[in-house]
Amino acid sequence: MSAAGDPAPPAAAAALAPAVLRAERVTKEFGGLVAVEDVSVDLPEHSIVSLIGPNGAGKTTLFNMLTGLYRPTRGRIVLGDRDITRSRPDVITGYGVARTFQNIRLFGAMTAVENVMIGHHARMRAGLFGSIFRPSWVRREERETQERARELLAYVGLPRTVFDRLAAQLSYGDQRRVELARALAAEPSVLLLDEPTAGMNPRESAELTTFMRKLRDERALTILLIEHDMKVVMGVSERVTVLDHGKKIAEGEPAAVRADPRVIEAYLGKQD
Amino acid sequence: MSGFLDALRARRAYLVHRLPRWWNRALAGALIVVGIVLPFFFPSDSGFMNATIIAVTYAVMSLGLNIVVGFAGLLDLGYVAFYAIGAYCLGWFGSGFFFKLRVHVLVSPVASTLPGVHLNFLLILIAAAALCAAAGMVIGLPTLRLRGDYIAIVTLAFGEIIATVAINGQSVSVGGGMTLTAGNLGISAVDAPYFPGIGSFGLLDLRPWYWLIFGILLLVLFVNLRLRDSRLGRAWVALREDEVAAVSMGIPLVKTKLLAYSVGAAFGGMAGAFFGTYYTEVNASQFAFGFSIFILAMVIIGGLGSIWGAAVGGLALGYINNYIIPDVLNNLPSHFGLHFQLTQVEFGIFGLLLVLMMLLRPQGLIPERRRQLELTAQIAAEDAQLAEAPAGEVTVILPPGEGAA
Repeated sequence: MSAAGDPAPPAAAAALAPAVLRAERVTKEFGGLVAVEDVSVDLPEHSIVSLIGPNGAGKTTLFNMLTGLYRPTRGRIVLGDRDITRSRPDVITGYGVARTFQNIRLFGAMTAVENVMIGHHARMRAGLFGSIFRPSWVRREERETQERARELLAYVGLPRTVFDRLAAQLSYGDQRRVELARALAAEPSVLLLDEPTAGMNPRESAELTTFMRKLRDERALTILLIEHDMKVVMGVSERVTVLDHGKKIAEGEPAAVRADPRVIEAYLGKQD
Repeated sequence: MSGFLDALRARRAYLVHRLPRWWNRALAGALIVVGIVLPFFFPSDSGFMNATIIAVTYAVMSLGLNIVVGFAGLLDLGYVAFYAIGAYCLGWFGSGFFFKLRVHVLVSPVASTLPGVHLNFLLILIAAAALCAAAGMVIGLPTLRLRGDYIAIVTLAFGEIIATVAINGQSVSVGGGMTLTAGNLGISAVDAPYFPGIGSFGLLDLRPWYWLIFGILLLVLFVNLRLRDSRLGRAWVALREDEVAAVSMGIPLVKTKLLAYSVGAAFGGMAGAFFGTYYTEVNASQFAFGFSIFILAMVIIGGLGSIWGAAVGGLALGYINNYIIPDVLNNLPSHFGLHFQLTQVEFGIFGLLLVLMMLLRPQGLIPERRRQLELTAQIAAEDAQLAEAPAGEVTVILPPGEGAA
């Protein structure tokens, strides 16, 4: 805890660690609109990297490319030593990249537990005939997946009383928790969080900050974070990448990025 | 009044919760026994038995379509195509239609002397299921990038294509003077099911026919129940609810959707093969577009996504269509001095029933738990989805403009 609170050692460690997920000069064009232009991002192993920038800067577009929902127009995305630029989203999830969404996308008519079980889909084996004939290994797999889902829900702090409630009926905060548990159920090595503190009060944001560090340390995760709350960004990340109008305008340690005049300009406008 | 009903409902929910696990099994066992002994209470050649056989076959189709529309949420308006393909399997592999060939596998002594391809009915069932599963994939592929209404249009066209091929197939030569189908003339003199030790099914004793289709119904029910509570069933619901989230959680879109089409189609094919032999004819005029809608109506009246709903919906429309309107109430108008029979206005009756159903019980006779919630949450969710759908090319979303153009 105390070590993680001190920004210097992890930053140094991060500089040494090899990148687990890397975007190499990716560009995404929608017709004439260039949403992301020539952006490179490195995610060193076991680091927490933040992606910040004003609205419409291309942060979520970059996320969608990293998870395979969009194909980059140009550039390459590499996971470990595997090129995943043209891989399907479900395959990338299978390789160990999981995500949450900015505007929580739970399966509303499924229970919290079922939602998390969906997250484990890529790690299960039962196919059509396994599902129909349900041999003992399928039954075991199903039982273990459910147990794991309950453990994960407890881990993210969902009250046990709402485990079997439909996701649409949960409170906003609980929905965020379920979404995080669902992403963790995929047993990822890289976790992408799209504005996880949106709609949270300062106390909840602080709790989540602590929780992200705990996640990184306990589950050996590498975390990429889109975040607007500067307190969270400065408190948790070893590196920060700043996007503006689809371009990377700054990158580095939080303190340095915060002092960068281009970043200040992007957020506050030019000082004449 | 409504307070009283709520109290009753709560009481019922409580009781259901308290019932021991064996209760479900006991109930299922009792229903199966009732199903098996049912024919002994009715004359074996009665109109009621005939209607029951047809109604059970409808229930099989309804359960098949329920996998596609109810579980996976893919609105399929061309389901009749699988009825057609299944029926033609029976026509091709269980009659003298391909008269230049002589293939006999486990068929009755009479059939084994006849020209043509004659396979045992169980083999034909398997062939029909396999061919329809493949056809289901064919129809599934072009719809993968589509959503909602656009899927409906493509599947509707597929149903029409198959129906047109069935009609014009009599001009399509497959060699040796044989044609692909017999069009509106129909392939007649098809084999009745034959099982070694039991013999051939007769046209006057309907009981064996009933037991056969009842067995198929049990199989379809079993598969439905198993799939609903499985990794695959969960994946279908997830795709139905939110494709982007589902693929991001590791669900393969193509494979999962195609499996839904295939499994649903396979059961349509089995029902089609049964109808082929039961009606003793495979005629292109049987595969009209209206029948796709009729099966869809069974699923919706029963309760979209609900297994017991689909079964009950199929039975209900089967009995109404083949027993209650023609046999029971047909002369009702004449009691009021009106000069028409109910069979002449049966489409009007079905329309009225559907409208009443949508007004009084839109969730269906036996609604599924999830759907009930969706009905209330749907409008809000759709608005939200419209608002956030990106203008660009998410790999799984088709912007509405593109499909309409």
